[in-house]
This record gives sequence, C-alpha cells and structure tokens, in this order.
Amino acid sequence: MSAALVGGRGWLALSALAALAALVFVIALAVGIGKMPISPATTFAAVINGLGLTDLPVRRIEAAVIWDYRLSRALVAALCGAGLALSGAILQSLLRNPLAEPYVLGISAGASTGAVMVMLLGFGAGTLSLGFGAFVGSLAAFVFVVLLAGRGQSADRTILAGVAASQLFNALTSWIVTTSANAEQARSVMFWLLGSFAGVRWPDVALAAGVLGAGLLTCLAHARALDALTFGEDAACSLGIDVRRVRIVLLAVTALMTATMVSIVGAIGFVGLVVPHAARFVVGPDHRRLLPATALVGALFMVLADIVSRLIGAPQILPIGVVTALVGVPFFAVILYRAKGAE
Amino acid sequence: MSIDVKDLHWSAGRRAIVQGVSLSVAEGETFGLLGPNGSGKSSLLRVVAGLRPPTAGRVTLGGTDIAQLSPRALARRLAVVAQHATTETAVSVLEVVRLGRTPHHGILSPWTATDDAIVAAALSEVGLSDHRDQLWQTLSGGERQRVQLARALAQRPSHLLLDEPTNHLDIQHQIEILRLVSRLALTTVVALHDLNLAARFCNRVGVLQDGRLVACGTPHEVLTQELIARVFGVAAEVAPSAHHGHPHVQFLMEDAG
Repeated sequence: MSAALVGGRGWLALSALAALAALVFVIALAVGIGKMPISPATTFAAVINGLGLTDLPVRRIEAAVIWDYRLSRALVAALCGAGLALSGAILQSLLRNPLAEPYVLGISAGASTGAVMVMLLGFGAGTLSLGFGAFVGSLAAFVFVVLLAGRGQSADRTILAGVAASQLFNALTSWIVTTSANAEQARSVMFWLLGSFAGVRWPDVALAAGVLGAGLLTCLAHARALDALTFGEDAACSLGIDVRRVRIVLLAVTALMTATMVSIVGAIGFVGLVVPHAARFVVGPDHRRLLPATALVGALFMVLADIVSRLIGAPQILPIGVVTALVGVPFFAVILYRAKGAE
Repeated sequence: MSIDVKDLHWSAGRRAIVQGVSLSVAEGETFGLLGPNGSGKSSLLRVVAGLRPPTAGRVTLGGTDIAQLSPRALARRLAVVAQHATTETAVSVLEVVRLGRTPHHGILSPWTATDDAIVAAALSEVGLSDHRDQLWQTLSGGERQRVQLARALAQRPSHLLLDEPTNHLDIQHQIEILRLVSRLALTTVVALHDLNLAARFCNRVGVLQDGRLVACGTPHEVLTQELIARVFGVAAEVAPSAHHGHPHVQFLMEDAG
C-alpha cells in the first residue's frame, strides 16, 4: 500500500471514524445555514429528540425547520454525493480510464432529454415528475450505450458509445428547448440541469439511501473483480473473472445509481471524477477500501459544496453543479497534467 | 498434467489466424513456441488460455476440456503471463502478486495466513521479496516481468503460459527469466523469438508459420538450417554448443537464397 498515505489497519479505522465524524459535523453545519441560523448543538438536540431518545429543550419552530426541510436536504446531498462518487470509482476501474465518470456514459445527457420532454413537451401530462423523466432518459441513454458498444462491451467501445450517446441526447435536448421553450422555461430547465437540493424531502432520502445501499453492496461484492481489472480485461479473465458479466452488472448498477441521483437533484458533474482520485490517494487502489472511502468522501464533498453554494452567492443560491465544476475543472487539469508526465 | 491441443482453429473476423494446430505438452515439460512475427503465436496462446473461444478444435488440461471449466476453475489450473502488462493504477509489487490469489477466493472468503505465505513464497521465488512495497510504475522491464511471473505463481497453477516474456529485456534478464521458468515444475508453454534461448531452455519446441504448426520436436530435431531458411528466411549455421551441447544458431546475415 505504498501508493497511499497508509500506516496499517489501526490508521485506516481511525481515519474512517474521523471521516464519519466529519460528515456528521458538516451535515450539522449544513442544517444550521439559512434564513434562520441554527447552532450545531441545537441541531443535535432536535435530531436525538426526534428519534425519541431524549427530551432536550428545543424551540418548536427550530425542530420543525430541521426535520421538515433542512435535515432531508443535507442527507440527500450526502447520499447523492456518495452515489455519484461511487459510480465514478466503478467506471474508472471498469473502463480503465482515469477520466471516466458517470456522465461519460451519456447518462447526464439522457437525463436532460427526459427532463425537457416532461417539462416542455408535456409527456405524461402532469402525472410524471421532472425527476421521473430524467430517470427514464438516463436509462434510455444507458441502454443506447450498451447496444452501441456491442457484444464485447470492451472499455474503449463503451467510452466511444458514451460520447456518441452524449452528442445525440444533447442535440435532442437543444432541439426541444429551441423549438418549444420560452425564455422562462429555458431558464428553469438550465437551473434544474445544473443541480439543486431545493425542495427535496424525506421520500427522496429513502429512495437515495435504498439505491445507494444496494449499489454499494453490489459493488463491494465485485471488489476483487475490479482489482483484477488493474492490468486489463485479458489479465482479469486469466484470473478467473467473468469480465463480460461483471461489466454488465456494474454498468447497470452505475446507471441505476446515477439515474436515481440525477432524478432527485439534477445533473451534478465532476463529483464522480474528482472524489475517487482523492480517495485513491488516501487509501490506495484496493477496492474493498476504496469503494467505501469514495462513498464517504463523496458525501462529505457534496454537503460542503451545498454549504458553499448557499454561502458565496447569498442570498441567491448558486446551482450546486457550478460549485462542483469550479472545484472539479482545476482537478481535471491536474490529472491531465500528471497523465502527460507519466507518458 | 499435460496440455493437449487438438486441431485448433481461430479466426479474427474472416481472417484465419490459427489453422489446425495440434500439439501435446507433457507434464512438467517446458515447450517453446517459435515463429516469425504474425505467425499466430500470441493468438494460439490466447486460445489455449481460454481467453478466446476457438473457432474449431479443443484444448484439454490433463484430459479436461477447458470449455467445460468455469473461468475460476481454469484460473486455478492455468496461469498466463502476458507480453506487455500495463496499468495506470499506482499499485505496489505486493498488490500485484496478491492478485494471483483471486481465483481462490469467493465474494465472502477472507484473506488468510496461507494466502500471505503463498504470496511471500512467490515473491521469494522471483527474488523480489525486498521490493514488495515498490510501485509498479518505478520498476524496470525485467522486474515487471518477474512481478507478473510471481503473480502467476501465486495462482498455484499446474500449467503456465508465457507470451514472449523476454521481449524488451536485456540479455541478462532474458536468461534470468527463462532459467527461472525452466526450473519450475510446471507444464509450461512459452512463446519466444530468440532461437538460441529456446534451444537452451526448452525441452521441446514447435514452429508456427501462417498459423500452422510446421515443425515440432526437440530443439535438435527442429532447429535445422533448412527450417530456419524456410520459415524465417534467414541463412544460418546450426551446431551443438561446445559449452552446453544444445543447438546453437549463428545467423549469416545473408538472404536464405
């Protein structure tokens, strides 16, 4: 584990605990921010009161704001960050491409097309939500990529198919927006596409938690297969891995996780790219450590991004995708620079 | 256990690459696969390794058709060292060799002290015990091949396939790798370019030309002036080495005419 800043199992357990504590703390911070500032102590009191564990003195209005609005928002931010980062880690290992992230499969483009079809063309006539349209669009893009990548599902073909899917669905989105939308609608589509945690509630938390939990377990079950892909597909095959099956299962899990997160919060880029590299730097390439670490760091990153998005533009809330991209692009440049140096 | 290849064919699209190859490698034997560039050595090895399904024919390990074995069961019997292993991941020598234990583990089976012992033995076998924490990216070509060989040994296979393991290595490392391979008590097939190294380290050799096996036998039987001229298009003199008795090929740097 010389690649990483690792000093043994105790060190790992300690950092995992520290990261968990940090996550709890930033969630408490995120809950405190808003028109009515609430201290982390009050937040903790309200949360454990709400769980029926204590009966500490908390103002009813504060308890209501925490439980009805802010806690669900912070938890969705954490869960989506974890899900998108985990998807990125899986794709980078599966496609053996350090620049891969969920949107390389055209999932974001598909989500956009699905969302504008519901919003502007009135598909589902009010019974379907924007989120559901985005979910269907993401899965449509994924199916398109799998079919286009063909029987072998090789890494290069999958990435090329993803690029083609992105182009196709972006073109469809632009077509629909330019022919159907007025300026106000176009603005709201844009805002939604850049990601927002406004308006998320407890059912969204349950959905995101369920999908993330199932996704993380499936990915952990394939951790050794992902390790075996370090030297490519033939090397993994000769280690007894059924590469084609693993690829299809993990691509499907990634698509499902990304589509769910995008349907809840919009298309937030760069989390899937940035976070896995940061996690790999800390815990090394072993996927049994890397995958949980990536999910944890992704959750931290997204809650922090949410805090930043509400602080730097206040009283306006910046789209969350703007914040993640502003951090993500310089990181992208560093990866490119290092990849060039390694040639 | 032996490796038996029967009337094997493999095509890439419409192009026939391996055409009706049959050969048998006895238990514990080191078999050299020779032939010019594009003669189908790597393709034949990939089909024998089960990485590509044959268009026709079959491969058996100790009588069991590899098509009947699950990928994991096959990987426990047969290990492969590829010609040029690359990765962008920052992995250590130890982590690469640990990959060799993959076919011995299911989803939930824990890593055990036995695994550690096997990995340590494999590292020691290739003389890299002191390099276990070194990063793959910082290794020389020769060290990388030895790490891949250690990873293959950690699979605890009975059969070993190596695709030009001496490519890009200096002569000292070429000899080192082949000495190591020929010393192992495994049934081994190794694709090689260097006829003299093949003559020195292989029990038997087979020569491929345009996907067909055109000669097979001991280096003495196979490596003749006539065959070298016909298959490689180079004039050569072949004589037993005064040093070790194996055939020694000296190229005359002229057209075979």
